[in-house]
Amino acid sequence: MLNRNYREKIIEATLFSVSAITVVILLLICIFLFSDGSLLFEDYPFAGFVFGESWFPTSYPHQFGLLPLFFGSLIVTVGAIAFSVPLGIASAIYISEMASPKVADFLKPFVEILAGVPSVVYGFFGLVVLAPIAQQTFDLLTGQSAITGSIMLGIMALPTIISISEDAISSVPGALKEGSLALGATKWQTIYRVTVPAALSGISASVMLGIGRAIGETMTVMMVTGNSAVIPGFPEGILMPVRTMTATIALEMGEVAQGSNHFHALFAVGSVLFIITFLVNLTADMIKRKYRFRMD
Amino acid sequence: MANLKTYVVLTVLVMGLVFLGIGCTDTDSGEETAPAEEAPADEADEAVSESIDIRGSDTVLPLAQAEAEAFMAQNPDKDISVTGGGSGVGIAALLEGEIDIADASREMKDSEREAAAEKGIEPVEHVVAYDGISVIVHPDNPLDELTYEQLNQIYGGEISNWADVGGEDMDIAVISRDSTSGTYEYFKEEILGDEGEYRADKITQGSNGAIVSEVAQNPKAIGYIGVAYLADSVKAVSVDAGDGAQYPSKENIEGGVYPLARPLLMYTNGEPTGLAKEFIDFIGSEEGQEIVLEVGYFPAP
Repeated sequence: MLNRNYREKIIEATLFSVSAITVVILLLICIFLFSDGSLLFEDYPFAGFVFGESWFPTSYPHQFGLLPLFFGSLIVTVGAIAFSVPLGIASAIYISEMASPKVADFLKPFVEILAGVPSVVYGFFGLVVLAPIAQQTFDLLTGQSAITGSIMLGIMALPTIISISEDAISSVPGALKEGSLALGATKWQTIYRVTVPAALSGISASVMLGIGRAIGETMTVMMVTGNSAVIPGFPEGILMPVRTMTATIALEMGEVAQGSNHFHALFAVGSVLFIITFLVNLTADMIKRKYRFRMD
Repeated sequence: MANLKTYVVLTVLVMGLVFLGIGCTDTDSGEETAPAEEAPADEADEAVSESIDIRGSDTVLPLAQAEAEAFMAQNPDKDISVTGGGSGVGIAALLEGEIDIADASREMKDSEREAAAEKGIEPVEHVVAYDGISVIVHPDNPLDELTYEQLNQIYGGEISNWADVGGEDMDIAVISRDSTSGTYEYFKEEILGDEGEYRADKITQGSNGAIVSEVAQNPKAIGYIGVAYLADSVKAVSVDAGDGAQYPSKENIEGGVYPLARPLLMYTNGEPTGLAKEFIDFIGSEEGQEIVLEVGYFPAP
């Protein structure tokens, strides 16, 4: 008797500690980033980093301004969301509500495949196909600009938004839809007045996760945004080259002398990225809980 | 309550193990154990099937690859692996003891030499070839030559329109390499001087190839690449450093009249031994220097 109980408890405790490892890993990454990043502020003013407007890490004196990189990430992410949210939600609505089962079964694997394409392939496609088209269409300085980056990131965020929104919409209880139709609403009215508002928490969560994906993307933006570290104006900045935080770390990590200010500055940028992703996920969670639809 | 206690104990145990792990991989003790482990492994490696790792400049890369292929064709039991990444990457790896030879298209900086001294590494410089940096524009661009002064103003930010240097009335898309590149550093020193800095809104590309493909399809673009990467899809302009405009041709670079020419270097830790020495001697031999010409660089005198 005692033996069986004991074994059960051991198994439970082991599984618990294994899952606890994920928390530990996250904690360790956090410590690693912040400890090296904060070493920058021994020699460099904090306000100069956070509000600095130029990023010249190799000139004397060093200038480590976060603003061009932060706004670069921001403008590309906003563009990506503007592109992918309407498309994604529309596709999700179609797949879950209006498509016949055969068509839906046909479309879903393609969405999954889109998610599985490596980001460097997207970057290559953007560089070779999309950038020249963008340059000719808008008569730009160069096709490598924020708008090309936004479109590629939008395509990459699309599967996330479609899958999660589609799940959310399908899990709206059938009773609601039937009730709405029974009261005389058309199918479309039911969708946009009853089903989608009921699925709002899941859809918002999918958008937040899409944002998280877009902010963290490195390879694609590095190949396609032109990597020009200037603060983008709004709205004309969308047609100019920009540099994201992620691309900065990827481009410059190779050369830095270990322990130099530049090294710490890159860690500080990484810490900022970590904080932003953390906040985005936290917000997604809170939204999901707040807007969760209850039948009662 | 008994359950809660078990969970707490086990979580503390896991965290304790993790921090124990961190303690054991403390950098100082790590470095002490690692070389001790590596030394016997290296000797075993060299005894059995000699192999060396070369990493660094993207400019030297095609040369190193061609030489390695020729060398390995003659010595099938030896293995040379060559990677790019930029001069900065190669030198950093040499300082960490990760590779045998670092390719560089620029000299080691003072800060890198200091770091090497701290780690007990003695970098020895070998000149393996000479390279030209070519300034390229789109084939439809009417300009054929540019002076150092004009390049300084374009890359430094003073001039932003092709009309100001004699071209058509359109904005200049100024393209540069990223800061890990030796080509980036060399161009900066030559054209912008010690105190100069690239313009903030330059477009940064991670490789010579990327610059070529952008300039080839963007009529507004200007960029700089190693001469080995010149292709028919772009146009090289003649550069005037004060003695007349010189085209980056083989004769001009070998003859020393083309201003943007620099030595290509390989750095080793101390005087090279074993396979590294054989390889560097091979590059310096007649056969090796012929390969230099084939790749598109110019022989070391």
